[in-house]
Amino acid sequence: MPENSAGTMTPRRPAGTLYRGREGMWSWVLHRITGVAIFFFLLVHILDTAMVRVAPEAYNAVISTYQNPIMGLGEVALVGAIAFHAFNGIRIILIDLWSKGAKYQRQMFWIVIGVWVVTMLAFTPRHLINVFSHLPGAGQ
Amino acid sequence: MATTIETPRAPHSVRRNRGVNWEKWGWIYMRASGVVLLILIFGHLFVNLMVGDGIKAIDFAFVGGKWSDPFWQVWDTLMLWLALIHGSNGMRTIVNDYSTRPLVRKILLGAIAVSAVTLITLGTLVVFTFDPCPAGSPADLLPSFCPVNQ
Repeated sequence: MPENSAGTMTPRRPAGTLYRGREGMWSWVLHRITGVAIFFFLLVHILDTAMVRVAPEAYNAVISTYQNPIMGLGEVALVGAIAFHAFNGIRIILIDLWSKGAKYQRQMFWIVIGVWVVTMLAFTPRHLINVFSHLPGAGQ
Repeated sequence: MATTIETPRAPHSVRRNRGVNWEKWGWIYMRASGVVLLILIFGHLFVNLMVGDGIKAIDFAFVGGKWSDPFWQVWDTLMLWLALIHGSNGMRTIVNDYSTRPLVRKILLGAIAVSAVTLITLGTLVVFTFDPCPAGSPADLLPSFCPVNQ
């Protein structure tokens, strides 16, 4: 075991109850990353929607950029970020307010992942069919 | 004046600053708005991306149809205010966590506040001053209920 300058022994691995590593930390990391990503999308999304106040042509031009296949894949990532942030947010509320929340935070993390997978299985095929089946020349 | 001697090991009571505990209300706001946003945003995503042709059906006429209904005007305005304040407060937390220089922190917090106020104002004005049938626009770009399409 490494010894620090104060001469006390520091365990190589954090003790069992420490909220570091594993599900607790990674859910926190993902919550931050998805939150920042959603925030910046929100800024852009308000501005692009504001184009309806400029002209129908201006709005249709900007929204058509969201309809190309590359952006279609980006929207899957966006919805994935939103769904994780939403479900993990519920987990955070339960950790704070439910008397057994902290005890079951790890199990709740895997429930969040499970519900997220189900949500994405429902959303992704539907969205990608919408994006890819209406391409010019896709035989509509 | 009699001096009272406290019981040994009596818990030291710290006198809190008087006034509103903003951090506490921020904490409550994140949770309360989060639950409402879950409903509002999932509803928004379902109606705009899952129903019908999804994102391919979104154009000016689609938005015009939605916002001629007060229900969606209120829905979207609520979503705008709750989400932008929720997001800005989250960004404030992150800036407080990672900024080491006080001046950089101040500039970043100012930028977050300015963009939040600007975009909330802009978005609210857009939702409520929006004209689904602007004069002189091509009829095929406008909702079917516009006079030019009757």
